[in-house]
Amino acid sequence: MNEMLVTLALILGKLLFIFGVVLFMAAYLVLAERKILGRMQLRYGPNRVGPFGLMQPLADVIKLLTKEDFVPARADKWLFLIAPGITAVTALLVFAVIPFGPTQEIFGQQVPLVVVDLNIGVLYFLGVSSMAVYGVVLGGWASNSKYSLLGGVRGLSQMVSYELSLGLSLVPVIMMARSFSLTDIVMAQQSLPFMLLNPVAFGVFFICVLAESNRIPFDLPEAENELVGGFHTEYSGMRFGLFFVGEYINMVVLGSLVTVFFLGGWHGPWLPPMLWFLLKVLAVCAMFIWIRASMPRLRYDQLMNLGWKVLLPLTLVNILVTGAVLLGLG
Amino acid sequence: MIATTMFYLLGAVALGATGLAIIQRNPVYAVIYLVKSIFALALIFYLLGAPLLAALQVIVYAGAIMVLFLFVIMMLEVTPTNASTRSAPGWMQWAPVLFLTLTLVVLTLVLIGLDPATSEGIPRWHATPRDFGYTLFKEYALAVKIISFQLSFAAVGAFHVGMTERRRARLEDAS
Repeated sequence: MNEMLVTLALILGKLLFIFGVVLFMAAYLVLAERKILGRMQLRYGPNRVGPFGLMQPLADVIKLLTKEDFVPARADKWLFLIAPGITAVTALLVFAVIPFGPTQEIFGQQVPLVVVDLNIGVLYFLGVSSMAVYGVVLGGWASNSKYSLLGGVRGLSQMVSYELSLGLSLVPVIMMARSFSLTDIVMAQQSLPFMLLNPVAFGVFFICVLAESNRIPFDLPEAENELVGGFHTEYSGMRFGLFFVGEYINMVVLGSLVTVFFLGGWHGPWLPPMLWFLLKVLAVCAMFIWIRASMPRLRYDQLMNLGWKVLLPLTLVNILVTGAVLLGLG
Repeated sequence: MIATTMFYLLGAVALGATGLAIIQRNPVYAVIYLVKSIFALALIFYLLGAPLLAALQVIVYAGAIMVLFLFVIMMLEVTPTNASTRSAPGWMQWAPVLFLTLTLVVLTLVLIGLDPATSEGIPRWHATPRDFGYTLFKEYALAVKIISFQLSFAAVGAFHVGMTERRRARLEDAS
């Protein structure tokens, strides 16, 4: 009985820890992005609220919460209200299978630093992340506005083109780790990260992750200079905030996944494992921001061409080659 | 006990959502209800000890096929139809209802007739991805091959249809 209580408390503790850290990171990623983008464009970025503008996320939240929550006339009310939640929640749910450190001993119990180590972890990630697009699409459709609908349709077609390459680029990883479990995948990279062993898969996965996060160069669903705001044109207040936070949570989650699948997870010399994990995730997020500052947006047909004619054949060939090499090595 | 309750709850959700998906006039709603039903079904698979199948159900059906449906609906801008559809004359109107009722009655009678105590339950085991893969590709290798052949035939067929359309357009442009 006592042991069960400890286990339950540990699980709750892990959940709270992850929830807190991810939301904190999402909030400060917004600030970091604005700061870094500002410096890259020879501006200062936000620096008024608190020292170095560090209280800016708090000010943003207060502003968003006190704004009017507006539902357009003839919008589909229920879907309109639910859609932002779908985006944020699916992004958070993925974190359930991400291991962020090796097994620790706490209160005499072996505690793996992951909420659940599913034996179908990779598939869980693919399933939940394919749900994220419903938030964008239903939000765009329910708004009853041309711009929103166009954004939603673009989101859908982007998803259809990239989901396949995203999944297939992970097949070599699964073949090399011989497991669907994310913890096993990290353990398989003890000596060498998969980024070095299979750079092609890493490249394709990284591109698909960019598409998945709907950021430049794949931010067609919101494309603010063509579609006003795309799927979130009609949103205001905290519902817009939820879409926004969802995007940044997604950045953290996808950064963690790149780390787990290709950068060796928590493995690294000298520093403690969890710090390594955090550093790698932050490095990937910094990469996202850097790309946003330096890349133009892809045109719709370019995006389709890249997805179907370049990435998909590349992943298929990569699977064949990886399989052949693995067979050859025994 | 909890598992049984969950099973019946999820079953009710799946059936209800499927029913609603059929009677919705707005196609987007129909798709959403279908997704809900697929989710409930996936959870039922999970409860029955087949996590892999549950994951595949969500990825393939909710994540890919329904997304494609939604895409087509939005691209074609299908508007909700009004009630004025052509109705068949006389007794033909009642044929579908009658047929459905009869089927339901027969099914219910058959289900009542089955005594769960006498039949042997399916063994409950957690199908790990490895076990599942071995079973699928060893025992059902031929079926998997045939299905994949069929899929590639379909892909080639779709490609062919698309090509002739495009070629026709090109020929029209040239003339």
